[in-house]
Amino acid sequence: MTSTRQDSAAPDSAAPSGALFPNAGDSGAANSDTASQGMVQLLDQDGVLGTDPDFSGYVADVDAQMLRAFYRDMALTRRFDQEATALQRQGQLALWVPLRGQEAAQIGSGRATRACDYIFPTYREHGVALTRDVDFPQMLRIFRGISNGGWDPRENNFHMYTMVLAAQVPHATGYAMGVQRDQAGWDRARLEREGTAVVAYFGDGASSEGDVHESMVFAASYRSPVVFFCQNNQWAISVPTRVQSRIPLAERAKGYGFPGIRVDGNDVLAVLAVTRWALERARRGEGPVLIEAFTYRMSAHTTADDPTKYRLSAEEQAWEPRDPLVRLEKHLRSAGHADDAFFGEVARAGDEMAARVREEALAFPDPTLEDSFNNVYAEAHPLIAEELRWHKEYEAGFAQNHAEAGQEDAR
Amino acid sequence: MTTMTIAKAITAGLRRVLEQNPKSLLIGEDIGRLGGVYRVTEGLQADFGEDRVVDSPLAESGIIGTSIGLAIRGYSPIAEIQFDGFVFPGFNQITTQLAKMRARSEGRFGAPVVIRIPYGGGIGSIEHHSESPEALFAHTAGLRIMAPSNAHDAYWMIQEAAASQDPVIFFEPKRRYWLKGEVDTENPASPAASAQVVRPGTDATIVTYGPLVPVALAAAEAAAEDGRSVEVVDLRSVSPIDFDAIVASVEKTGRLVVTHEAPTFGGIGGEIAARVSERAFLSMEAPAIRVGGFHMPYPVSKVEDQYLPDIDKLLDALDRSFAY
Repeated sequence: MTSTRQDSAAPDSAAPSGALFPNAGDSGAANSDTASQGMVQLLDQDGVLGTDPDFSGYVADVDAQMLRAFYRDMALTRRFDQEATALQRQGQLALWVPLRGQEAAQIGSGRATRACDYIFPTYREHGVALTRDVDFPQMLRIFRGISNGGWDPRENNFHMYTMVLAAQVPHATGYAMGVQRDQAGWDRARLEREGTAVVAYFGDGASSEGDVHESMVFAASYRSPVVFFCQNNQWAISVPTRVQSRIPLAERAKGYGFPGIRVDGNDVLAVLAVTRWALERARRGEGPVLIEAFTYRMSAHTTADDPTKYRLSAEEQAWEPRDPLVRLEKHLRSAGHADDAFFGEVARAGDEMAARVREEALAFPDPTLEDSFNNVYAEAHPLIAEELRWHKEYEAGFAQNHAEAGQEDAR
Repeated sequence: MTTMTIAKAITAGLRRVLEQNPKSLLIGEDIGRLGGVYRVTEGLQADFGEDRVVDSPLAESGIIGTSIGLAIRGYSPIAEIQFDGFVFPGFNQITTQLAKMRARSEGRFGAPVVIRIPYGGGIGSIEHHSESPEALFAHTAGLRIMAPSNAHDAYWMIQEAAASQDPVIFFEPKRRYWLKGEVDTENPASPAASAQVVRPGTDATIVTYGPLVPVALAAAEAAAEDGRSVEVVDLRSVSPIDFDAIVASVEKTGRLVVTHEAPTFGGIGGEIAARVSERAFLSMEAPAIRVGGFHMPYPVSKVEDQYLPDIDKLLDALDRSFAY
């Protein structure tokens, strides 16, 4: 807890130097720069564990068992993603939003949160959902046309997905403003022990939305306990990050007056460390942090997307060696923390999970339009009542016709 | 009974909300230290503190978006948008998030936020300060829309809005802010969803709400001099609309004029005319007539008098109805 980064309130002390990215943005290749410079990294792409003067201390408790658990989380997330993609291809889902490549960013950050923390995801945070024990099959209700919410956010403090990009970011800030009021008068010890923080997830594309800007202004002004977690996966559908920003996104934080930090988003340990740091800071009342998790969307934007139209396979291949699962597997094997038996068991657990996901997703009962009527308002509403009454009578008329037709046939 | 202006009645209503609900808070631009550009929140920050009467950054989407987050956390935010024409930077948050939160959560929870908006013209102001965007919000399911026309209703309806579990857009008739009226702080007004006959009559019905209620009453008074008994119905709630009350009135009078400052095309008046024709066609002696704004951006103030519905336009509409 003695590093300059976490103890300094000076916003620029935690931001990576822009000079390290002098040419960022002049070509697509700049975004794919393989250098780890300027990013917090603990586990390099060969799986070799390094140290960081500021952040190693935040993962000092991580032992072999926890590392294996992170691998398992990431592998299950990838298997879920694979199964959901297959379900979409088989016509069982209207759409799917793949996250392959972003598992470390999501598991590392999600595992940094406490149960009392509240998460506002965008719509690709299936890995974060796993860390919050959201039931995977329930999540498919959104993509199967059954529900626009999917799960009950109050059970896991994991908010519903929001499809309008960045619209959930001010919600996160407002929620954090409520947390501040609930925790008014708590001393530092109690804040560290019981305090709640909020995480807002968004991407490099959404970072251009005005709602992100306004949220950062509010959170900075009120020093609200919210962590802005930006997964820079290099592509907003077909548009590269350089069209969203001419500087590393993390550097934008300086303009708002709070720390911004770029972390290797494919390094689960580094993401865990940085997010823990940011959450602890927020919890103590030191205000927001912007984390830019530098990662790569290895798959399509959605199952309706075709990345071959806008990016080169050479770029995709360049990112393959930095696959977050491969990296952690290399480390686990070389450190002697896991062997074939472990990886075989994880694969089997993934297949079992996938089978359950498929079975339950296909068994969900269809909703009724009456449910839709009932969920518009909390309190009685005469127009809803009138239209629902009409709808039921109209539908009942068909049932009556069918019954009469049946009687005709019987004669 | 106390005599208050509409503005001060809203202040008193807000004060009561802040006193009674510790989770309630006000948020908006200039509402704290200054008390709002119309002074509707005057004195409240001094009495309830900066955490409950929050001076926000100048960002309407942020005001509404953070209010939604506060509501999800269990607070009851009452946001102020400084002028009608400035609600649009927050329109996305209202229509895609606030209105849909309960539907999205499958009825598990909503975001009970109140958005106060001083609205309407007739104040001789510059662009964006005189608009009536209520139809845009009425077209959005999930929102409730209230528009008080007098001090007593203003006092009680703002409290009703604050207590509602649904989001409410609360349109305040800004050119009537200084209109005085009796407020009975002991006996609540009837719920906003019920329209009120504010002047009984037998020959024709004028339906309106908000700033045009006094205009409709004056037109009815003038018509009475010609021997015509005109009933005036104050909607109070623009969504939902109390169609039963309107239909009951038209079944009695046989003639309907609907008036609002908002443009006629695609407006609330068209919805009312259509509903009445569906439910009371055989009671009608003449087609429903709408008197509203023209299909143009709200005009410059030098000519706004020609744009706004006034007594003469309402009398002309009544003449057309009686001559049909």
